Amino acid sequence: MGTYIPHTDDEIEAMLAFLGLSSLEELFAVVPEAVKLQRSLELADGVGEPDVLDRMEALADRNRARTDRMVCFAGGGAYDHETPSVTRALAGRSEFVTSYTPYQPEVAQGVLQAVFEFQTMVARIAGLPVANASLYDGGSAAVEAVNLGVAASGRQTVWVSEGIHLHWRQMLATFAVGTGHVIRTIPLVDGVTAWPEIVDGEAPGVLMVGYPNYLGCLEDLGAVRSICDATGALMVVGADPLAAGLLRSAGSWGADVMVGEGQMFGTSLGFGGPYLGLFACSAAHVRRLPGRLVGETVDVEGRTAYVTTLRAREQDIRREKATSNVCTNQTLMAVTAAIQLGWLGTAGLVEVATRCARATRYARDAVLAVDGVTPWADAPVLREFAVRLPILADTVIERMGDEGFLAGISLEGAVDEGEHGLLIAVTERRTATQIDAYAAALAKAVA
Amino acid sequence: MPDETETTQPLIGAPGGKATSAPLLGRDTEPTIFELSHPGRRAWNFRTTQVPEVPVDELVPAVHRRQTPVELAEVSERDLVAHFTRLSHRQFSVDLGAYPLGSCTMKYNPKMCDTVAGLPGLAGVHPAAPASMTQGWLELMVEIEETLCEVTGMAAATLQPAAGAAGELTGLLLMRAWHEAQGAPRSKVIIPDSAHGTNPASVTLGGYDVVTVPSDDRGCIDMAALRSVLDEDVAGIMLTNPNTLGLFEEDIAEIAAALHQVGGLLYYDGANLNAILGVVRPGDMGFDIVHMNLHKTFATPHGGGGPGAGPVAVSERLVPFLPGPRPVRTGGGEYGWEMPPRSIGRVHTWHGNTLVLARALAYILANGGDGLKEIAQIAVLNANWIRQRLHHTFDVPFDRPCMHEVVLSTKTLKAEHGVRALDVAKRLLEEGFHAPTVYFPLIVEEALMIEPTETESPQTLEALASSLEKIAAEAVATGWLPMAEYPLGTPVRRVDEARAARTLIPTFDARN
Repeated sequence: MGTYIPHTDDEIEAMLAFLGLSSLEELFAVVPEAVKLQRSLELADGVGEPDVLDRMEALADRNRARTDRMVCFAGGGAYDHETPSVTRALAGRSEFVTSYTPYQPEVAQGVLQAVFEFQTMVARIAGLPVANASLYDGGSAAVEAVNLGVAASGRQTVWVSEGIHLHWRQMLATFAVGTGHVIRTIPLVDGVTAWPEIVDGEAPGVLMVGYPNYLGCLEDLGAVRSICDATGALMVVGADPLAAGLLRSAGSWGADVMVGEGQMFGTSLGFGGPYLGLFACSAAHVRRLPGRLVGETVDVEGRTAYVTTLRAREQDIRREKATSNVCTNQTLMAVTAAIQLGWLGTAGLVEVATRCARATRYARDAVLAVDGVTPWADAPVLREFAVRLPILADTVIERMGDEGFLAGISLEGAVDEGEHGLLIAVTERRTATQIDAYAAALAKAVA
Repeated sequence: MPDETETTQPLIGAPGGKATSAPLLGRDTEPTIFELSHPGRRAWNFRTTQVPEVPVDELVPAVHRRQTPVELAEVSERDLVAHFTRLSHRQFSVDLGAYPLGSCTMKYNPKMCDTVAGLPGLAGVHPAAPASMTQGWLELMVEIEETLCEVTGMAAATLQPAAGAAGELTGLLLMRAWHEAQGAPRSKVIIPDSAHGTNPASVTLGGYDVVTVPSDDRGCIDMAALRSVLDEDVAGIMLTNPNTLGLFEEDIAEIAAALHQVGGLLYYDGANLNAILGVVRPGDMGFDIVHMNLHKTFATPHGGGGPGAGPVAVSERLVPFLPGPRPVRTGGGEYGWEMPPRSIGRVHTWHGNTLVLARALAYILANGGDGLKEIAQIAVLNANWIRQRLHHTFDVPFDRPCMHEVVLSTKTLKAEHGVRALDVAKRLLEEGFHAPTVYFPLIVEEALMIEPTETESPQTLEALASSLEKIAAEAVATGWLPMAEYPLGTPVRRVDEARAARTLIPTFDARN
């Protein structure tokens, strides 16, 4: 028997007898012989935990780019931030980890209240009144924002800034095939979006812009709002929720929807998942909100209670008329983010954003002092920046890897001539010593 | 003594965490973290970096700078721990007790997998790091892809979809791309009336129209009805097998042949894959596209509603259309990324819910091929034992051998005593068990859908069945009114859901 099955042979025999059967195979008599698997699965025999852990450790050991062995200067929506022991301990509590979607609110107040607190925190960061209980990741939140925006505006054309993460744009293109949305990429000029003139009859239904954008640059959101006012398009801002510690909120710029990647709040890099899709919107669009939403109410004794609400939007009730097919989301990461934001608090969010900005400034000065390395753009940056290298970025990343640095992300494919661009992120974990060593290694790598 | 009042009053009146277990004893609710906030209190601290402390004015242009900080809670680490610990005590979980939620496969999640997900060499890897520095991750992904293909009988898989619904939409886009490559995308997708709600929602997002076919009196697809809607505009069918009634679609070979005859594809919703591991494979049944829910079948924890992982496996002819880039072997024990030639594109920001994949691989390695088959056998044994044990107590709309789950109904109890499925579910909470899935599948009146999973012992099954019998007897003896009072001893009692929707309070700030 497998380790995780409690039944003894005697118990199995007794249960089969109760069913009038003599073997486990008979349970599958309804399966036609013609389709049954007539052999064992060609997989290795099961082994004990120590052997499994040895194997997984061996795989882990083949990853050179692990933050305990290589200093991380890569970002692009996935950041090497501090996660304190307290966040790990609380987020690892098995009541949060091993529960299902809160279908029975009487025994799910823990998750429901934690998500309610998460929604409040995200809404405050966004400067918008409503945030959902999470989506899969930043890219999936962007896809859902476009779906909402097209439905709300009634226009299928979407203008997406080239400063939106390349992978988000690729996802928008993938899913537009099913929905029929027309995605038009608006290029960056000197680091910020060069929005086109509006031609009569060709007004977009949605504008999407990053804040800061993929290159780390601060966009003119006032200009985006003006275009939306003139055209009736919805304004979707892909915001960095940690940078919001210093930056104006998306809502204060007039955004209708804010989406973002929430990995930075306590979730490990984990090679890209599971992460946390953030989604907040204005009150006007709450009935089109994708995914789950927790609301406060009372129980029969009048005690405060929490429950998933506006359920009539969701796929299990509306089926083919649902606004989204999202069912499972990333609740555990949302709870983790609530814990991490609880740890940071009002002053801590400002502090971490400030520390990132200072380290970024220090690193940018050091990197631009390297011969042959020039700024990609002159627009102001906050916690991430792009540079132009004299040789291919991929070559630099490989060489820097040998020196113990994950140098950043190549801009190949993201922007024109991106193969010579390097995107560098500097978090509050980076010390001046590390940054100095990084710049020295870069000088060697490009020489 | 006025002096004493002056010194103590402000403290009593101020907010802040009080570390007591009162909320656990049913005497109190837990305040939100915002109500525990006390100005100036803090938990955060950071590394000493020696980075120069440039004034913020020089870092952020004035036009972009926030005027006031984002107001979050201000609590001590001790308050933070007390708050979330108390919340965790108000939460049911698999670790605490049986969770027979039908179609959700809430089996025990081995702790070993938590260790795996926390390994620094897996958890600490940036997703944009090049292949040369992430060989372990690529090897892991190729290994689980090959494993899942062996389990499902398919040729290749994408690991990108983050959950079942994401897998469904990916599968439908694959279906669309395939048909487009044959000349026309077609316009309709068939789903049975017993299907999960995500199926029709995904079909719509995939740009298709839903055609629903009814179930017959055996609880399986009505073959005549299916044939009547088949034509060359049908792109495919989405099926769960065993279906959501827990019944195996015995005509599956015939269904597959009929679909393939009109050039349609078969999509397998893997929500119920646990029932058939090592017994029968979707690929051998004729399916072209299969999604799996690793958070069900392969024991990765569901996290209160996610994360999941929904890899999609396909037959040979669909491999060129898979999302990309894909992890592949490049020879000599090395691995790299490859974009399939006719890929539908990217469906995840990075490579999928990768740490969930690592957990699932560890689980499969521990169980091995034969262990997986045992999982299916015992899951089906447990469900049939429950069916046999309770079929005189509750209605069983389709009373024949089931697979991993059984659908009971309180139709008679409702007609004769006014007791609904919901009442039985809420009453069961009082007994210390999580409720079954209720009112699903939609085609069964007053449905109670029970999926015990293989990790619940015979003793737990006996206790669960005894509780359900006791509840049914109570319903007969006392009727609806007393039953409607339950649950009594849970952290909160029945919740006013109508009020939550009518007076929407989605944040703390919306309270007043």
